[in-house]
Amino acid sequence: MGNKLKIRKLEEKSVQIRKNLLKMIEKAGSGHPGGSLSATDIGTALFFSEMNYKSQNPEWKKRDRFILSKGHAAPLLYTLLASAGYFSPSKLNNLRKYKSILQGHPASYLVPGVEVSTGSLGQGLSIAAGIALSAKIDKHQYRVFTLLGDGELNEGQIWEAAMFAGHKKLDNLCAIVDRNRLQIDGDTEKVMALEPLEKKWQSFNWNTICIDGHDFNEILSALEQFKLNSNKPFVIIAKTVKGKGVSFMENEAGWHGKAPNQEQLKIALNELDR
Amino acid sequence: MNNEIVPIRDGYGKALLKLGVENENVIVLDADLSSSTRTNWFAEKFQQRFVDVGIAEQNMVGIAAGMSLNNKIPFVTTYGVFVCGRAFDQIRNTVCYSHLNVKIVGSHGGISVGPDGGSHQAIEDISLMRTLPNMTVVVPCDHIQAYKATLAIADHKGPVYLRLAREATKTITTEQDEFQLGKAQIITEGEDCVIFFAGTIGAEVVQATELLRKDKISPTVINLHTIKPLDTEVIIKYAKRFDKIFVVEEHLKIGGLGAAISQTLTEFYPRKIIHIGIDDRFGESGDPHVLLDAFGLSAARIMDKVLQSI
Repeated sequence: MGNKLKIRKLEEKSVQIRKNLLKMIEKAGSGHPGGSLSATDIGTALFFSEMNYKSQNPEWKKRDRFILSKGHAAPLLYTLLASAGYFSPSKLNNLRKYKSILQGHPASYLVPGVEVSTGSLGQGLSIAAGIALSAKIDKHQYRVFTLLGDGELNEGQIWEAAMFAGHKKLDNLCAIVDRNRLQIDGDTEKVMALEPLEKKWQSFNWNTICIDGHDFNEILSALEQFKLNSNKPFVIIAKTVKGKGVSFMENEAGWHGKAPNQEQLKIALNELDR
Repeated sequence: MNNEIVPIRDGYGKALLKLGVENENVIVLDADLSSSTRTNWFAEKFQQRFVDVGIAEQNMVGIAAGMSLNNKIPFVTTYGVFVCGRAFDQIRNTVCYSHLNVKIVGSHGGISVGPDGGSHQAIEDISLMRTLPNMTVVVPCDHIQAYKATLAIADHKGPVYLRLAREATKTITTEQDEFQLGKAQIITEGEDCVIFFAGTIGAEVVQATELLRKDKISPTVINLHTIKPLDTEVIIKYAKRFDKIFVVEEHLKIGGLGAAISQTLTEFYPRKIIHIGIDDRFGESGDPHVLLDAFGLSAARIMDKVLQSI
């Protein structure tokens, strides 16, 4: 497939993912649209271009691993997994409902394709580093991806894990920071400043790259660069827009954890179709 | 009792060496305390499978979780206070909620840690760990039992908390004694009362029992090394047999073995228990034996309590 065609397909896919995750949140009446939409393009690139997996055999040993550290973006993960064939898309209608496999935050014992339960922030990078280290011990070739929110970088454990991965030279580990610059209480730089963020990672002995997290050209080329990565873990700082794709949600901290009503959903779906 | 005095940690260290040879999936992690927890024995032999994370307990639990996802059997080791307190959320939300095969080993349980003082004495660890769904809690009484318990938890699939202690203590079990997770061990059968215990405080209990025999009182002594799942069958059986039920533990009365037994009896066979444990307070510095006595947990004080109550 030519690159242009590939990118157009991914763009189409990401529109579908956005629409589906908004529908499921509206139906649930609660959930986290803002951080799901900001990470949609990254997630789409990982699941529909970059990662090796077999959705009919979720335990396939050689699969690339994906850890959603920012567990509140569960609607995104569920939509990606359903679209990739891990389970029937009809299950998306039951988000956050009693007896549903789709809990408010991902529970690994319920959902095929979810490697580990997340939801309490700051833990995914350690888990991903643990997988990456054991893969090295066993000489497995698969790679480990983890998606971090920028707000969750406030957690000290992230930096314990960053120090660890740098120290152990885990070059099979790729962290992606969804840098949407908003956390619940507002602007990340006002709540607890993260900048200079790229320098922080570099000083922890990581290879870094900053990209536009909504430009598939840039996302794919960053992931290409990870293929050549060696001797250090790799972090992609993806500049994104919280609520991306829905005008009234974009850059609004208030849409972090609020469901659209039916009318808002209709407007959002129309905008995405344009 | 063969009276041999050995730190319980040695049994753990030895068992890890055996596991290292027998099971290539066993990984040992420590947070800069490997000489104190005895994981350095494993580290010397199996360098590739030993991970020192530095002083970072939360990360250590996460790393172990990740490794368990790759079929490893990680033994996370450090002082009980640090791992259960500082990394509680990681143990709860990552390990237990995901039902991961991670073994959490908390050394330095109880006040017998001694001179380091209250900051280093885990007296609430059992309480914290037994509240977690999917968690198994094991508190062996001496180095022989710690050895067997370590091998047993490696075979058990799922999260486990294993509590160890710092101080060298008398050995009260033998190589021949059977050890089975979840099954109480009857140490002595007596006529007058029953004493339940868990952990290295067992040495004091056994000594107290010997003293009591001189006063013509013969207690039944039962080691409940597995606090979760608790051997409720044995507890009820002996509660029916004896009027006087004692529980001895080197842990806060809140939430530990006594609380677990109490809860069981309240539900299935309501009985009064006489609880010998630590009141609602922190530990402090001092010689381990001085502390045990001061906290009412020495053999002499246990004997006094039994005599008063019978």
